[in-house]
Amino acid sequence: MSKIELRAAPHVHAPRSVENIMFNVVLALMPICIFSVWQYGLSSAVLIVTVTATCLATERFFSKASGKGNTLADWSATITGLLLALTLPPSFPLWMGAVAGFAAIALGKALFGGLGFNPFNPALVGRAFVQAAFPSTIASFVPAFAQQRFTSFVPSTWTAPLMIPTDNTGWIKDAAVDAFTGATPLGRWKFENFTYTTHDFLSGAVTASAGETSAILILLCGGYLALRKFMDWRIPVAVVGSAALLAWILHLAVPGRYPEPLFVVLSGGLMLGAVFMATDMATSPVTPLGIWIYGALIGVLTVVIRYFGGLTEGVMYAILIANAASPLIEQFTQPRAYGTAKTDTAGGAK
Amino acid sequence: MILDFLFKPSFERGVHPPQFKETGRTPIRRMPFASRYTLPLSQSVGRAAKPIVTVGQEVLRGQPIAETAGYVSVPLHSPVTGIVEDIGLHPTLSGEWQESIVIRAFEGASQEVLYGDPVDVDALTPEQIINAVQATGMVGLGGAAFPTHAKLAAPKEWPIEHLLVNGCECEPFLTADHRMMVEWPQHLITGTKFAMKACGAKRALIGVEDNKPDAIAAIEKVLPDDGSITVHAVKTKYPQGAAEMLVKALLGREVPAGARSYQIGVVMQNVGTLAELGRLIPRGQGFIERVVTIAGPGVSKPGNYLVPIGTPLRFVLEQAGAPRDAVEVILGGPMMGAAIASLDVPVTKAISGILVFDRSAMQKERGKTHPCIKCGECVNVCPKGLNPSTLGMLAAKREYDLMAERYHLDGCFECGCCSYVCPSNIPLVQQFRVAKEIVRERQAA
Repeated sequence: MSKIELRAAPHVHAPRSVENIMFNVVLALMPICIFSVWQYGLSSAVLIVTVTATCLATERFFSKASGKGNTLADWSATITGLLLALTLPPSFPLWMGAVAGFAAIALGKALFGGLGFNPFNPALVGRAFVQAAFPSTIASFVPAFAQQRFTSFVPSTWTAPLMIPTDNTGWIKDAAVDAFTGATPLGRWKFENFTYTTHDFLSGAVTASAGETSAILILLCGGYLALRKFMDWRIPVAVVGSAALLAWILHLAVPGRYPEPLFVVLSGGLMLGAVFMATDMATSPVTPLGIWIYGALIGVLTVVIRYFGGLTEGVMYAILIANAASPLIEQFTQPRAYGTAKTDTAGGAK
Repeated sequence: MILDFLFKPSFERGVHPPQFKETGRTPIRRMPFASRYTLPLSQSVGRAAKPIVTVGQEVLRGQPIAETAGYVSVPLHSPVTGIVEDIGLHPTLSGEWQESIVIRAFEGASQEVLYGDPVDVDALTPEQIINAVQATGMVGLGGAAFPTHAKLAAPKEWPIEHLLVNGCECEPFLTADHRMMVEWPQHLITGTKFAMKACGAKRALIGVEDNKPDAIAAIEKVLPDDGSITVHAVKTKYPQGAAEMLVKALLGREVPAGARSYQIGVVMQNVGTLAELGRLIPRGQGFIERVVTIAGPGVSKPGNYLVPIGTPLRFVLEQAGAPRDAVEVILGGPMMGAAIASLDVPVTKAISGILVFDRSAMQKERGKTHPCIKCGECVNVCPKGLNPSTLGMLAAKREYDLMAERYHLDGCFECGCCSYVCPSNIPLVQQFRVAKEIVRERQAA
């Protein structure tokens, strides 16, 4: 007993660590990435790799520049990269994907001080950046399960940097997929009042971004994370529940104008957003009541933006707005301390 | 009800650390006598005792060697038959050198307790019981080390309704209370009756975590028929043994923030404390040895030992077969216990457990510290309903006054749940300890 160490209690620790949580989120995203590649082929694969690699490189650059040492090992930049890639159309030019990846980490994370300090979900900051920068490209899609998807890239994938994306019309024609319109279900509903069947959504047979398509797969992966306590189940439940409730009320009020709640839940990025992006720990509240309010806000905003806004999709902005509101929500939902009469609102007047 | 086991009374939130309570299965053993005992005059909250022996004087095991110095103060008794070798400054657990009495044990002495003044316990009035409790030198054995008699004598304007007896022992590794409940249930009931009479409680509720069914069964066998004392299984969950948590579990009530439990008519005592009182008071003896759990990875003879107060820690660890490459020695449980800097200090009255961790166990514990990722797990586990995540961020910004004014910093009793679960390995409890100290200093200034 020559050397004795002094450390503060507690002297035991639960097995969960940041690396552990983040790594499991990466694991849970893998099946969704693989499914995306199965649906969209080579273009999807290189897009995921490019975006993630850009995110990692950017993270490495800034962590070195700020003297933090290597922060890649915490896996958080990998998650940002994968999630960002999954929200982009599979035909998205790689150079634009790299811009998105750089924006996500540089503007969404490093600028604020890195892991834990970012007020907005970095992946969505990246997506919002390219949505503003390349509005038409981010709204052009290619059909899923095109027969040549494993033998040839979508032409726009290899667009030269800073160039307008190559035309994909020929490639889509070769795909020989019936009735491909190039519009997402939400777009077709909004502009043509056309709705898809539930089966289309569950199987992923609709036009969408790379990782938005299979609700079942997203639910399974999210279920894994929730069961192992790497994700707060309350957030997706609140998001989906509130979106469905509002959609249901509107559907009952004006049935011909507004679709069924299930359409709202399954279409677009709601599932992916609710399970993987709204649940980003750093940008969601920590208080129990705050978590429910935050989730409900996302659900409601999504429906409001989709129904009454100019965009076809609302999940991204809904989450970003709720991220911004998160500290405020937290202030007014402090837990009730033991032995005190009621919830003290820390932000309220003293 | 058939689903009763699902709804065991408890408190909100909390954690479930691995138990490591194997020592709870083997009986209490006596530790061999060491050659030298060091007894600090201050081993509890309150004033240090005043020596009543002189250097060179021979003392009997159980003989008083220091008297009280005021109301919140307890006497000391010699743990061995021997000779007073020194009265002077010696190192203690806190790292501070304190006035202590050193006694060299006579080799070959039978070390029976020859000193005692049996009393007719049934004739004692509450005041006499409180005096008798003080005369034993008893302090809270759960670790608080508050003089027991002072706790039993609550201010008169607050009538005491319930005596809560704390047999939770929620800290991992520790099983001393468990063994005392199993082996000395009769003493526990006797001591409980004394305490009820002393504080005026009509009812006593013994709360035991449901991971100790043998202790519950042993107590149930000796409960008095009048139903004044009952035993209750509460959920096994850390920190069930914290006073405020057990009040919630047994009475469904909360102690108002900033108030003491007697203000809601409650006095709480640890099972070990009452079992010792039940044994000592009828014999008129003093408290000279206690049950200590010695455990931890690598300890070759872990178990519960009856250790005389004043035994050198190094001797205790050698007897229990602690590994030579031990790198961390903790007094108390792993959640709240303090690591000590030196082994050349004596065992004192408040030490319920000694845990020894070797290097391999330590390495498992060590993780990289990250910034707070706001996972919210600390909020999910804080038994006091605080927001450790926000408190931690404020501590990093040195916003100590804000922590105290708006985020109930003073409600934190340092149970360690937040640090235990924190995936970023942020030393939250340590930050709060510092913050509380700074706030206290600022308020005093």
